[in-house]
Amino acid sequence: MAFVKWLAVLPFLGILVGVPLLNQVQPLVLGMPLILAWIVMWIVLTAVIMGIIYLCDPANRDP
Amino acid sequence: MSAALDIIVVTIAAVLCLGLLARRGKDMNLEQWSVGGRGFGTILVFVLMAGEIYTTFTFLGGSGFAYGHGAPVFYILSYGCLAYIISYWMLPPIWRYAKQHRLIAQPDFFAHKYDSPALGILVALVGIVALIPYLVLQLKGLGIIVDAAAYGAISPTLAIWIGAGVVTVYVMVSGVHGSAWTAVLKDTLILAVVLFLGIYLPIHYYGGYSPMFNAIDAAKPGFLALPAKGESVAWFDSTVLLTALGFYMWPHSFGSLFTAKEERAFRRNAVMMPVYQLILLFVFFVGFAAILKVPGLKGPEIDLSLLRLSVQTFDPWFVGVIGAAGVLTALVPGSMILIAAATLLANNIFRAVRPQASDATVSLVAKSLVPVVALVSVIFTLQGGTTIVALLLMGYAFVTQLFPTLIASLLPRNPVTRQGAIAGICVGVATVAATSLTHTTVAMLFPALPEALRDLNIGIVALILNTATVAVVSALTRRRVAFA
Repeated sequence: MAFVKWLAVLPFLGILVGVPLLNQVQPLVLGMPLILAWIVMWIVLTAVIMGIIYLCDPANRDP
Repeated sequence: MSAALDIIVVTIAAVLCLGLLARRGKDMNLEQWSVGGRGFGTILVFVLMAGEIYTTFTFLGGSGFAYGHGAPVFYILSYGCLAYIISYWMLPPIWRYAKQHRLIAQPDFFAHKYDSPALGILVALVGIVALIPYLVLQLKGLGIIVDAAAYGAISPTLAIWIGAGVVTVYVMVSGVHGSAWTAVLKDTLILAVVLFLGIYLPIHYYGGYSPMFNAIDAAKPGFLALPAKGESVAWFDSTVLLTALGFYMWPHSFGSLFTAKEERAFRRNAVMMPVYQLILLFVFFVGFAAILKVPGLKGPEIDLSLLRLSVQTFDPWFVGVIGAAGVLTALVPGSMILIAAATLLANNIFRAVRPQASDATVSLVAKSLVPVVALVSVIFTLQGGTTIVALLLMGYAFVTQLFPTLIASLLPRNPVTRQGAIAGICVGVATVAATSLTHTTVAMLFPALPEALRDLNIGIVALILNTATVAVVSALTRRRVAFA
């Protein structure tokens, strides 16, 4: 659990560092705004990461 | 009356009936009225807390911001996702402490944790100041919807008065029970309407999403990327951070977390909520679709883009269905905000002035203050001149000032003293108030700053000053206690 919970830092980096970096390249890729696609990807990844953390967290086990 | 208005009137009547049904068999004391007797399961807590996602702010403000500003609207999609991560660890200890000490409002938590009634009153005042712009934006949205659905038969001013009246009656009869059950209806209807509009309109007008974005990029180059100045990457990052930290600082968000039956509900929500907010994408798509089809909306008018495009595209009866969904997105969060504001005033201000008042008296005062808060909000709403998103960001800048003090109180050994907490909040709130009233930006205050820092959200600057003040004053007052 100690290691797994650090995965929660990744979405912060993905959005707060990734978006400014991607903003420097062309805005549209395959007809979709690149920043939007990147943020959507991180939202899905956040749900996956939080799901893993939830399952590994002993506090969520039935007594 | 138009068919659209008929449908909206029927929806409002149905919601009031639902509110009356929700209170049946419950003794409406302050705890039942404001936190539902702490008996809500995962689903009800989920829809109450997800109510933050689907308010007028997202329905009209989100589409309007996409229409008027372009890529900066993506901040709305980003901050919730980060806030849910924070909530996984932050909400359970708050809920445990509140349950253990039978606390029913946000200021109680601060006052109890820091053993300082003065801090409780300060937090209540900050909460009320922040809630007013949030309530104003719900009423502004209600006014826009009723005005559009009436096809000009009802003036926006009258529409705002009608909206405020409906929210007030609704809150007075049902309290938080009505909000929870109507939230289920609201989320179902808004989900269907937003998905339909976000898929149908881009296909109907452009043939799909890619052709729509290509057309926008050709007509307005650079509109789909963050600009170099103004709403730049510095603005984006600081606004995402400010709103993510402040997400659960709203008094009504605190109120809805007190309604939970068990703490696992929060951790489950932290897993489910990020995906739930992807529906916001379809709200943005409606705003983007409107850019080339209803051009020319400027300033606060951008919030009209979704309804203008709907009126141009659909028959009146379907505009009524869209309007009904919009009314619910204003009514449910609006009622939660009114309950929170009235509870703060009665339980944390009135009770502080008259500590001998009985629970029944405080409960009566809370319900009596509902129309007063609504009236103040109507007065601010009628002054107008601000977009829905700007109103919410102003509220966020205020409530996020509570974050450093709250987080410190959850640490095993709290390094912050009550004097440090009060000083920090005062400095943060004063900074936000001064800059909001004078319309000052960081660039105006510090013109010599590098370009990357000049667009920082003023709320983040206030938060930095707040945290520094908390640290310095706590260090000084702790030392004084050690010497005493």
